[in-house]
Amino acid sequence: MLDVVTWIQQNVEPTLAYRFACRVGMCGSCAMMVNGEPRWTCRTHVKKVFGAKGLVIAPLRNLPVIKDLAADMAAFFDKWTAAEGRFHPSKSRNDAMEPISPEAPNRVAANAAIECINCAVCYAACDTVTANPDYFGPAALNRAWTLQNDVRDAGYTVRQDAVSSSGGCFNCHSHQSCMTYCPNELNPTASIAGLKRLSALSYLTGGKAR
Amino acid sequence: MIGVRLYLAQRLSALVMAPLMIGHLAVMIYAVQNGLSAEEILSRTQGSLWWGAFYGLFVIAVSIHAAIGVRAVVYETAGLPERILNPLTWAIGVSLFVMGGRAVAGVVL
Repeated sequence: MLDVVTWIQQNVEPTLAYRFACRVGMCGSCAMMVNGEPRWTCRTHVKKVFGAKGLVIAPLRNLPVIKDLAADMAAFFDKWTAAEGRFHPSKSRNDAMEPISPEAPNRVAANAAIECINCAVCYAACDTVTANPDYFGPAALNRAWTLQNDVRDAGYTVRQDAVSSSGGCFNCHSHQSCMTYCPNELNPTASIAGLKRLSALSYLTGGKAR
Repeated sequence: MIGVRLYLAQRLSALVMAPLMIGHLAVMIYAVQNGLSAEEILSRTQGSLWWGAFYGLFVIAVSIHAAIGVRAVVYETAGLPERILNPLTWAIGVSLFVMGGRAVAGVVL
């Protein structure tokens, strides 16, 4: 699909704006709506999506459009920040490195969700984001879940407050569109369910449960 | 729009509703075996502390559960702000409680 878009730009419409970088499914830049479904265009073969109505390519859903097929990702990343999707260091460079067992339950939980490359396919697929502009969306909450399971992170409490806030995990209706469309086969719905569980336990135990 | 307290209230009220719903359906099936009449229903429910508590608890759980559910639907379809959503949630919950309470009182008292 990405080759098709490039061909159109080079041969039909030189002003066509679209976004890509790696072309091999590593960077997540080229996500677009193809026949109404969010996809990485670089990893989608035309044969797979060409139907009776041909091909309809559109910019990612749930985001403003900058021009043509290039969506404005600012809101998407603003919500990562709002969900405290950043690492809070707990040690300085002078401290010894924390030993992490790959078998530790919280590491296993983090690993299951860690391969997100911020392509916003899940965000475009999410009907709750469409209906509720304040909702952080699956990617930001999935990222928060990986950090809540990271023993090296020092931002647990502040992140728990963030993901329990009015735009947070409790808005998710578990439609599972994020899981259906994630090109990396992640399950953000399960991550969000984990955050709901943590938040509820934290509330019921006065912040003692972790 | 939905915080931890509303989330917990909705989930816990669902926990209460689930067995009561099963009980309600079971009694419906049992009750129609010999024909359904007002006398038959009232003979079972009037003066019964058990049925009063059963449906009274049901009404409380439904009032909480439905009010929060409708709040989410209204927000996602109409985009109303919290200053309207909060009184609306209370109004739906109280209305359901009053209507349901009257219905329970009608068959129990």
